[in-house]
Amino acid sequence: MIGWLEFERPLLELERRIDELRSFADSQNIDVAGELARLEAKAGELRKQIYGKLTRWQMTQLARHPRRPYTLDYLKMLGIDFVELHGDRRFSDDAAIVGGFGFWGDRKVVVIGHQKGRDTKENIRRNFGMAHPEGYRKALRLMKLAAKYNRPIITFVDTPGAYPGIGAEERGQAEAIALNLREMARLPVPFVAVVIGEGGSGGALGIAIGDRILMMEYAIYSVISPEGCASILYRDAAKAQQAAEAMKITAPDLESLGVIDEIIREPVGGAHRDPEMAARNVGEAIQRHLSELEKLSPTELVDRRLEKFMNMGKYKEA
Amino acid sequence: MDQVSWLKRRKPRIKDTKKRDVPDGLWKKCDSCGEILYHKELEKNLWTCGKCGHHFRISADKYMNVLTDSGSYVELLTGLESLDPLGFVDSKKYVDRIEAAKKKTGHNSAVLTGSARVGGHLVMLAVLDFGFLGGSMGSVMGEKIARLTRMAVEERVPVITLSSTGGARMQEGILSLMQMGKTSAMFAKLHAEGLPHIAIQAHPTTGGVTASFASLGDVIIAEPGALIGFAGPRVIQQTIKQDLPDGFQRSEFLLEHGMVDMIVHRKELKGAIVRILDFFSDDARDRAEDTLEQARKQGL
Repeated sequence: MIGWLEFERPLLELERRIDELRSFADSQNIDVAGELARLEAKAGELRKQIYGKLTRWQMTQLARHPRRPYTLDYLKMLGIDFVELHGDRRFSDDAAIVGGFGFWGDRKVVVIGHQKGRDTKENIRRNFGMAHPEGYRKALRLMKLAAKYNRPIITFVDTPGAYPGIGAEERGQAEAIALNLREMARLPVPFVAVVIGEGGSGGALGIAIGDRILMMEYAIYSVISPEGCASILYRDAAKAQQAAEAMKITAPDLESLGVIDEIIREPVGGAHRDPEMAARNVGEAIQRHLSELEKLSPTELVDRRLEKFMNMGKYKEA
Repeated sequence: MDQVSWLKRRKPRIKDTKKRDVPDGLWKKCDSCGEILYHKELEKNLWTCGKCGHHFRISADKYMNVLTDSGSYVELLTGLESLDPLGFVDSKKYVDRIEAAKKKTGHNSAVLTGSARVGGHLVMLAVLDFGFLGGSMGSVMGEKIARLTRMAVEERVPVITLSSTGGARMQEGILSLMQMGKTSAMFAKLHAEGLPHIAIQAHPTTGGVTASFASLGDVIIAEPGALIGFAGPRVIQQTIKQDLPDGFQRSEFLLEHGMVDMIVHRKELKGAIVRILDFFSDDARDRAEDTLEQARKQGL
């Protein structure tokens, strides 16, 4: 079973047995209702057991799950009629970030998100969702269009990080992200950012200075990947599990640290178990926050966004 | 050459001698060319090698002396200190690392913030101290820089930042990442208010600081030979599994690729900044503010 995680194995095997029993009983016309109910109950217990107390590393694996819905999947499931726009007008089009205009019911929105690939070929094209400076510059160009036409901005965050490569450095990866951070802070339109999978460091933040920052239940958001932290602080990339625990990178962690505004519930076991349900929750949360933000004037939006970020951090003061 | 090998031979025999930093020792060998540099000479050259021009890393205190008019620097925001919001432990406890860094540097955090005059211009100044946990940015640095910038907006004066840092502080996790957003948002306000920011990048300037305020100067000045980038060279090499080109991510490489405005030797750094401040400043306004300050001093 491709894409299933080791800690899910007992549950997945049980689920397969249930499916087999059901189809066998159907084909043979046997009544196994009692047995099925017993197995379903057992599966329910197992689900609670496994997903009820996930370690931060298991959460990381779920956030990176290859079957997890990505930005374009959410757009489709949310019924956003999407006009994709391409290119940064400087150098190229970066397929690791997608963006464009969206017609969403009565709303017209600008949507931007990291985009991972579903197979090897697409992953190479999209660089596994790791953007170059061009991706961040395209994102900023689209955000400026949102400001020009007074349309709210929705971003979907799902990246291992901004790409660390020669070309990325030559063309100013740091400058591209820094400029986005500065410019996003002053956008006069409502801005909701949703961490749908991996929130990898500056590469994630580079499209996420929102009025609201929402996070999916099994998403992660961190200053450096657990592997990166492990290799620097523990001198051993294999200690990623330990680093994931130490850095506190899950949605409940970030909620208690005052970084995110809301946790969006996922189906038990992760968004990929029931993508439509995940999308409904995402859509409901975004719409609700947009409705609140649309009541604010451009000045109020900008002032509150600044105050929001000014309030982030923990220190003592003599 | 002979002199150097003689010194090398002698090394084991003076093992018991107390290890000293550059400023206290009688001499120091240049990390780059191996030249023996006498302390007085080194100090006169602002801790750069008189032979090859190598720039030694110096403390934030020393930079304050290099950059500001004598006696004008007033340190601000000294009361902010780190907490341990994650209860972070790697090979050492984060709280112990902080205590050690405080003892070592004599400061509470990895950034010195204050007001000063530079060539007569009143400015707000933030200088990162690599000696304090690698100049890493956590909640305290973010808060100090953001507040200093807000003060600059209120006082209508320029901000000068000098970075020397490995980036965001891992031990404060996501809160460190958010300091990039916090500082950049306040620099956005400074920018919108039409006030200048001069960003100086010293060796090294990498990670989350480069990807936030250090890259947000109206003018960006690099010290010669500084390592400047988003990702560190080791990470890039591990990712692409290729050798990196010569001089990759050094100041000269950044100048060539249009990422910094100028590379300035430390001995000329203050002069260059004053020139830029001269360009930005409105003389009449400066004079009015001088008069105001005089009045304040006299208790009027």
